[in-house]
Amino acid sequence: MRRVTAAAIELAMALALLAVWWIWSAGSDSFYFPPLPDILATFGDTWVFARAGSDVVPSLARLTAGFSIAVVIGIGGGILLGGSRTARGAVGPIVEFLRAIPPPALIPAGIVALGIGDVMKVFIIAMACIWPILLNAIDGVAGVETTLVETARSYGIRRRDRLRFVILPAALPQIFAGMRISLSVAIIVMVVSEMVASSNGIGFFILQSQRSFAIAEMWSGILLLGLLGYALNRGLTRIERRMLHWHRATRSSALART
Amino acid sequence: MSLLEVHELSKVYGEGAAATPAISELTFAVEEREFVCVIGPSGCGKTTLLRCVAGLLAPTAGSVVLRGKRVARPPDEMALVFQEYNRSLFPWMTARQNVAFPLRRKRLGKQGAARAETALDEVGLGRFVDHYPWQLSGGMQQRVAIARALAYQPSVLLMDEPFASVDAQTRADLEDLILQLRQRFGVTVVFVTHDIDEAVYLGDRIVVLTRAPGRIRETVLVGLPEPRDQIETKALAEFTRLRTHVNRVIKQEAARQPASPDAQGS
Amino acid sequence: MLAALSVLESVTRTELISSRHFPPPTKIFSTLARELGSATLWSDLANTLGGWALGLALAFAIAVPLGIVVGSSALLHRLLALPIEFLRPIPSVALVPLVVLVYGTGFQSKLFLVVFACLWPLLIQTIYGVQDTDPVAMDTARSFGLGRTERLVLVTLPGAVPYIATGLRISSSVALMLAVTAELVIGSAGLGRSINLAGEGGAVELMYALIVVIGVTGWALNSVFARIERRVLHWHVSVRRLEHAR
Ligand SMILES: Nc1ncnc2c1ncn2[C@@H]1O[C@H](COP(=O)(O)OP(=O)(O)OP(=O)(O)O)[C@@H](O)[C@H]1O
Ligand SMILES: [Mg+2]
Repeated sequence: MRRVTAAAIELAMALALLAVWWIWSAGSDSFYFPPLPDILATFGDTWVFARAGSDVVPSLARLTAGFSIAVVIGIGGGILLGGSRTARGAVGPIVEFLRAIPPPALIPAGIVALGIGDVMKVFIIAMACIWPILLNAIDGVAGVETTLVETARSYGIRRRDRLRFVILPAALPQIFAGMRISLSVAIIVMVVSEMVASSNGIGFFILQSQRSFAIAEMWSGILLLGLLGYALNRGLTRIERRMLHWHRATRSSALART
Repeated sequence: MSLLEVHELSKVYGEGAAATPAISELTFAVEEREFVCVIGPSGCGKTTLLRCVAGLLAPTAGSVVLRGKRVARPPDEMALVFQEYNRSLFPWMTARQNVAFPLRRKRLGKQGAARAETALDEVGLGRFVDHYPWQLSGGMQQRVAIARALAYQPSVLLMDEPFASVDAQTRADLEDLILQLRQRFGVTVVFVTHDIDEAVYLGDRIVVLTRAPGRIRETVLVGLPEPRDQIETKALAEFTRLRTHVNRVIKQEAARQPASPDAQGS
Repeated sequence: MLAALSVLESVTRTELISSRHFPPPTKIFSTLARELGSATLWSDLANTLGGWALGLALAFAIAVPLGIVVGSSALLHRLLALPIEFLRPIPSVALVPLVVLVYGTGFQSKLFLVVFACLWPLLIQTIYGVQDTDPVAMDTARSFGLGRTERLVLVTLPGAVPYIATGLRISSSVALMLAVTAELVIGSAGLGRSINLAGEGGAVELMYALIVVIGVTGWALNSVFARIERRVLHWHVSVRRLEHAR
C-alpha cells in the first residue's frame, strides 16, 4: 500500500514537472527553447519510426557490441587476475593508468588507428567499459570466501566447475556493480564518438540538428537519449535483481541478525 | 596397516618472526569404521589438523596417508563438514542444490536430486529443500552442511565441531543419526568437538590434544557397549568414569601453563 | 610495466603494428619530453584542469546543500526521486549541442557540461549519506535534547562525509571526462582539443604524448581522491567503533 502511494506521489511529481515545462515553454518565443508540444510532435515524427532504423539501431548496435566485448574480457580477465596475487601485482599499474585516461581522449587515436567506421566506435566503447568491470571482477574474485572454495575443493569439484559454479556467482555482485558504471560510460562514449566521427547515430543526429538549426529535432534527440539511458539502466538493474536475488536477501538477513 | 595414518604431522603458519606453530609432530592412526573424537583447548590446532587430513592444507612436515597413499589433494572418498557452516554453504543455491552440488561428478542425474532430498530428510529438513541458506537458522544451515556430507557417501567423514550451534534436542538427534549412518554404511569418522560428553558418547577413541601448538596429550579408549543410547549409555558408571577422566586431563592441561587470554571458549 | 612497454616497443619497431597507427613508446616519450618544455602543453593542461576544478567546485556547492535538504526530508525525497531518476541518466554529452547554442564554444560551455555531469553522483551520494545516519547516535542526540540544527551538524553531517567523499571521487573522474569531451567536440581550449588537432594533423606521436599526459593527470587525481576517501572512511569506521564501545 505504501509503495503504491509512493509511486503515485512520484508519478504526480513527474507530471507536474512536465506541466510546468509545458506551460513555461508554451509562451516561449526563445529560439533555443521551443514549446514542449513542438518537441513532442517532432519526437513522434522523428523517432516513431522514421529515423529509428537509420540512427537508433546503429547506435544501439555499437553500444551493445562494445559493452558485450567489455563484459566478456572484463570477467575473463578478472577470473585470470583475481586468482593470482603476482598477476595482479604485475598488471595493476598498467590497468590503473589505462583506466585513468578519460575515454573520449582515445577517440582521436581510434580514428588514426582504425578509421571512422563502426570498428573504431565499438573498440572505443569496449576500451572505456572494460576497466570498471575488470577491476570489480578482480576484486570480486580475489574476495571470494575461501571456505566456499575449499568446500568445493574438498568435494572434488573440478577447476572448471569451481570457476563456473562457485567463483563466478560469488563475484557476480561486484561484477554487476562494475557493469552499472560501465553502462553509463558506454552511453557517453557512444554519443561522443558519433558526434566526432560519424554519418549516422543519435549523437550524430543531435549535433547535425543543431548545426542546421533544427532546434526541435535537437531537443527530441536529447529527450530520446534521456529515455534510452533510463531504460538501459532499468534493464540492467532488473537483470541484476533477478540474478542476485540471493545476494540482497543474504545481506539483509545478515544485517537483521547482528 | 590402518585406513588413515597421520605421521609426525606439523604445521607452521607464516614465516620468520610471524611464524605460528599450530600443530606439532602429531602421530595417530584411524582404523576402518572407527569413530575417533579429537578434543582440545580452543586454538590448539584442531581445525588445522582436519584441513591437513582433508588435503586442503599442505603440512609443513610429516604426512597423511590414506589406504597407503599419501594425501596431497582432497581425496574422492573423504568429506569435510566445516566449522564455519554459514560460510561453507553456497548462498546462491537452495538447500537441495547445495547438497546435490558435490554429486555432479558422480553423474547420478535425477538420482542425485533424490539422494539430496533423502539426506535433507534425514537431518530433519525435508520441508526446507527449496529454501535458501539465508532463510534458514544457524542450526538448520549446519544441518544442510551435514546432509551434504551424508549424501556424498564418503568412506571417511571429517567433522569440525559440527553440532556447536544446534539446540540440545537436535544435537542429540544428530549424534544418533551419525552413529546410525556409521552402523549402516560403515563410515570412518574423525570428529572434532569441544564437548567432553559428546566425545565420550560418540567415540571409540578420544584423542586429547595439548594447548597450542597441539601435540597428543593422551589417547583414551572408550569401551562403552554398542549400540549407544542417549539415556542408557549416559547412565552407565563407565560413562561417568571416562567423562571425569577426560575432564581431569583437560583441566591439568589448562593448568600446565598460565592461561593465555584467548585460551577460553570460542 | 616495463615488460609491457618493451613488448610494445618491439612490436611497433618491427611494424607488427604500423607505427603510423601506434608509434614506438620511446618515440612517444621523446616527443613528450620535448613538449614538456613548451608553453602550449602547460596552458592546455591548465585549461583542462581549470574546467575540472571549477566545475567540480560548483557542482559540490550546489549538490551537497541540496542533497542535505532533500535527504533529511522524506517528503521532499519522494517528490524529487523520479525527476532525479530521469535527469541523472541523460548523458550529459547529449547536451553538447544545446550548450553550444546557448554559451558558444568557450570555457562556459565546458563548465556547464562538467557541472551538469558531476551534480548527480554528488547529489545522490549526499542523499544516501544523510539518510544513512546511525539511528542509535540520532536517538542519543535526541535524548540529550539537541535541537534540529545541532543534530544536523553534530550527527548527520559527520555520518554523511564518507558518502560525500565517494561522490567526490566519482565526480572527479566524470569531470575530467566531460572537460576533455567538451574540448574534443566543441573545441574549447585544452588537452582534448590539442589531442584532436594532433590526430587530424597526422602528428601521431604528439597525439599519443598528450594522451599520456591526460592519463597521468587522471591517475594522479584518482589517487588523491581515493586516498582522501580511504582516510575519511577509516576515520569514520574508527569513530563509529568508539561510539559503540562506549
Ligand atoms: N590461516 C592462518 N594463518 C595464520 N595462523 C592461523 C591460521 N589458521 C589458524 N591459525 C593459528 O593456528 C592456531 C590453530 O588454529 P586452529 O583454527 O587450527 O585452532 P582450533 O583448535 O580449530 O580452534 P577452535 O577450537 O577455536 O576452532 C591458532 O593459534 C591460530 O591463530
Ligand atoms: Mg577450529
